[in-house]
Amino acid sequence: MHTFLTLSFTTCKTLFQPIARMAVEEKGLVSYCTKVERNANLEKLQYNYLFPEIDVRELRHIKKYPNAKVISLGIGDTTEPIPDMVALSMANYAKSLATPQGYKGYGAEQGNKELKQAIAETFYKDTGIKDSEVFISDGSQCDISRLQMLFGSNVSIAVQDPSFPAYIDSSVIIGQTGDIEKESGRYQNIAYMECGPRNNFFPDLSKTPRTDIIFFCSPNNPTGHASSREQLERLVDFAQQNGSIIVYDSAYAVYITDGPRSIYEIPGARKVAIEVSSFSKIAGFTGVRLGWTVVPEELVYSNGFPVINDFNRIVCTCFNGASNVAQAGGLACLSSDGFKAVLSNVDYYKENAEILVNTFTSLGLRVYGGTNAPYVWVHFPGSDSWDVFNEILEKTHIITVPGSGFGPGGREFIRVTAFGHRENILEASERLRSYLS
Amino acid sequence: MSVIHQSLSTSISSSSSTFLGHNNLKSIKSSNVSIPGRINVVIECVATPSAEITAYKTKVSRNENMGKLQAGYLFPEIARRRTAHMLKYPDAQVISLGIGDTTEPIPEVITSSMAKRSYALSTVEGYSGYGAEQGEKQLRASIAKTYYENLGIEEDDVFVSDGAKSDISRLQVLFGSKVTMAVQDPSYPAYVDSSVILGQTGQFQKDVEKYGNIEYMKCTPENGFFPDLSATRRTDIIFFCSPNNPTGYAASREQLTRLVEFAKENGSIIVYDSAYAMYVSDDSPRSIFEIPGAKEVSMEVSSFSKYAGFTGVRLGWTAIPKELLYSDGFPVAKDFNRIVCTCFNGASNIAQAGGLACVSPEGIKAMHEVVGFYKENTDIIVEAFNSLGFKVYGGKNAPYVWIYFPGQSSWDVFSEILEKTHVVTTPGGGFGPGGEGFIRVSAFGHRENILEACRRFKQLYK
Repeated sequence: MHTFLTLSFTTCKTLFQPIARMAVEEKGLVSYCTKVERNANLEKLQYNYLFPEIDVRELRHIKKYPNAKVISLGIGDTTEPIPDMVALSMANYAKSLATPQGYKGYGAEQGNKELKQAIAETFYKDTGIKDSEVFISDGSQCDISRLQMLFGSNVSIAVQDPSFPAYIDSSVIIGQTGDIEKESGRYQNIAYMECGPRNNFFPDLSKTPRTDIIFFCSPNNPTGHASSREQLERLVDFAQQNGSIIVYDSAYAVYITDGPRSIYEIPGARKVAIEVSSFSKIAGFTGVRLGWTVVPEELVYSNGFPVINDFNRIVCTCFNGASNVAQAGGLACLSSDGFKAVLSNVDYYKENAEILVNTFTSLGLRVYGGTNAPYVWVHFPGSDSWDVFNEILEKTHIITVPGSGFGPGGREFIRVTAFGHRENILEASERLRSYLS
Repeated sequence: MSVIHQSLSTSISSSSSTFLGHNNLKSIKSSNVSIPGRINVVIECVATPSAEITAYKTKVSRNENMGKLQAGYLFPEIARRRTAHMLKYPDAQVISLGIGDTTEPIPEVITSSMAKRSYALSTVEGYSGYGAEQGEKQLRASIAKTYYENLGIEEDDVFVSDGAKSDISRLQVLFGSKVTMAVQDPSYPAYVDSSVILGQTGQFQKDVEKYGNIEYMKCTPENGFFPDLSATRRTDIIFFCSPNNPTGYAASREQLTRLVEFAKENGSIIVYDSAYAMYVSDDSPRSIFEIPGAKEVSMEVSSFSKYAGFTGVRLGWTAIPKELLYSDGFPVAKDFNRIVCTCFNGASNIAQAGGLACVSPEGIKAMHEVVGFYKENTDIIVEAFNSLGFKVYGGKNAPYVWIYFPGQSSWDVFSEILEKTHVVTTPGGGFGPGGEGFIRVSAFGHRENILEACRRFKQLYK
């Protein structure tokens, strides 16, 4: 990824500030400025989005050590090829677009009906979710922002701490939050639900204030914790008591060995939850771009208006459907053979996770996650995660992600992803053993 | 579908010139115009069976901006009407000249590139995961070279997307709720609707059919389809589409120079939609950046949809010059980049492979052929309506023909044409009050359908 307008960074630990009036300072001239005020919400963001920042660090490191073999266990980017039959299906679809019979123009903004049916059938069997409640998208990151547009700036949100940065960043951008509090590293007006070893990575709901929206990711990115049925029942109950809406991110559900995969397995969830998911980590579609959001018909606002009606309006106005070629691929992924094939890649990554868990455990470190998710969450008590990140990078040429990038609750942790070629995972394990023992 | 859905989903009354909801909504609306949010509540009480009144409701307030929207987005409504018509006349051969949906196959040089990329993803060497959110380097560079050669737009000014419609909303998210905007009237509905959703506007004013706080720049035959800038209030953002959807008018160099000057005087930002630039026949500018000084006041949004038939494949781009700065000197591109990294995750890599083929020499030639085909369609439609004595606009530099139907509501004309010729068009009123009195006929279609449609028009209006 790129350094487009170069951003200057101070030290690794501190927050890097975007530079205002860059053009004026750099050129030493008075450049023309429009009279349009910069969106104050963008100004609230304290640093770059986490993952491009990791990329920048990687590039810098490679430049510094051109002969080092850098292993990326940072950004959760899938590495294994897409199954043949899925790729073939997309190739054939693309070719058919060159024929009069096969050509397709605009698709339904909500997605291809067959694909929606396949998703409902594959992931929501026996939960009552209908294909009409499934909205195909170009991925969760986009869906999260479209959901924020849907909710608007006057809602309050709760997030797990740590959590996938898109929930918080999109909330700031849309105007739901106040400024960041420097000492705590938290944005005003967001309820941070700490998830750590002390509470078994499930928030203490008795200490959680009511918010309109609750973002909840399980299996969790970055901690890897998959909530139990009992925990999710408490969450649904909590939402119901407070009249809140859960946005349940189930992007890693297929990595669960044992436990609920969809929030809709919990009774009552249809009245309180939206579920967002993705083909990215199921099928290696991180570049192909395909995901979905489920909005049950029963989910209504305080005035009784169905959320699905407004989400549909957003999808029709702010979006124009996922790529038809990607959707063809999605359909192939959910065929009987296709699903077997993508799940074998999932197993491969799970084996990687196991190797990494064993590596860190053998070094006497406290390790979490890695069993129901492709992320390993390693505790370095008393450390600053950026320091640990830098040290690991410098001494072993391995990219990880510092836990504080996911929120203040990640401060003492490092996230290691299990996406990688086996030989890289093994090599990385070797290096870590050598360095950390 | 639930009763609530039925009552709130749009089925437009054809006897009104605006886009109202269901009959229930209409009758209630007439007694309580200015508070759409409450109208929805009223409908719930009327339409909901008593058992549902005790159904669980969250305590989350509906986003009041969504409540400001008058009805569904325009094109799904056209699609609904078309479907209803086909049910009513199952044997009729309905011809769709409504939604601007491309119909001709994608040139093979482009699809084979997409197929190749798909295969590559199943190999170790060819597999790629996340791409750069801003787009693949080579594609960005090729877009800059193809469309902006010698205009000072570089590779890193280009942000590849999944299409103009998504980009427009991301730009609104970028600008935030506190900016004011101006649109042409009539205009592509996504500018206004996204503005309402983002909270930039006031309520819809039924008497003038405009949302509060939007500056509508009328574009009519009387002013040559270019706004009277001397009568236009200053706004932060100016959405400008040329060649225009729906009027088909391409602004001249002189006009765009005045627009850029206007923006400069007012410190405004032009969002220039050039999705139809390749349809320009004469020497009208194809990019706003052809105008001196434009880089300090504008950004440009474009798309492969209408060039390469990528309406379903999904690929477009936005170009933001480095010189475009906010009032505090902060570069707009920098914030847009942050939006793209946070609210988006890149266009599909397969679509981008197709895009790269589009801007290869062979691909450009192929796109020109596709565009040329639709332009021939446009000529046929223009000729047909001219021969019938209609006042016909557009059609020269765009795949849209804008026909004057004075004295009638455009929805009524739309309905009549549909009923009597089984041809779907788009009522001008759907593009804003300035579109009232016009019908948009799009020129995307198989040649035989275009010819047949024209035969039917000639039959109806002879």
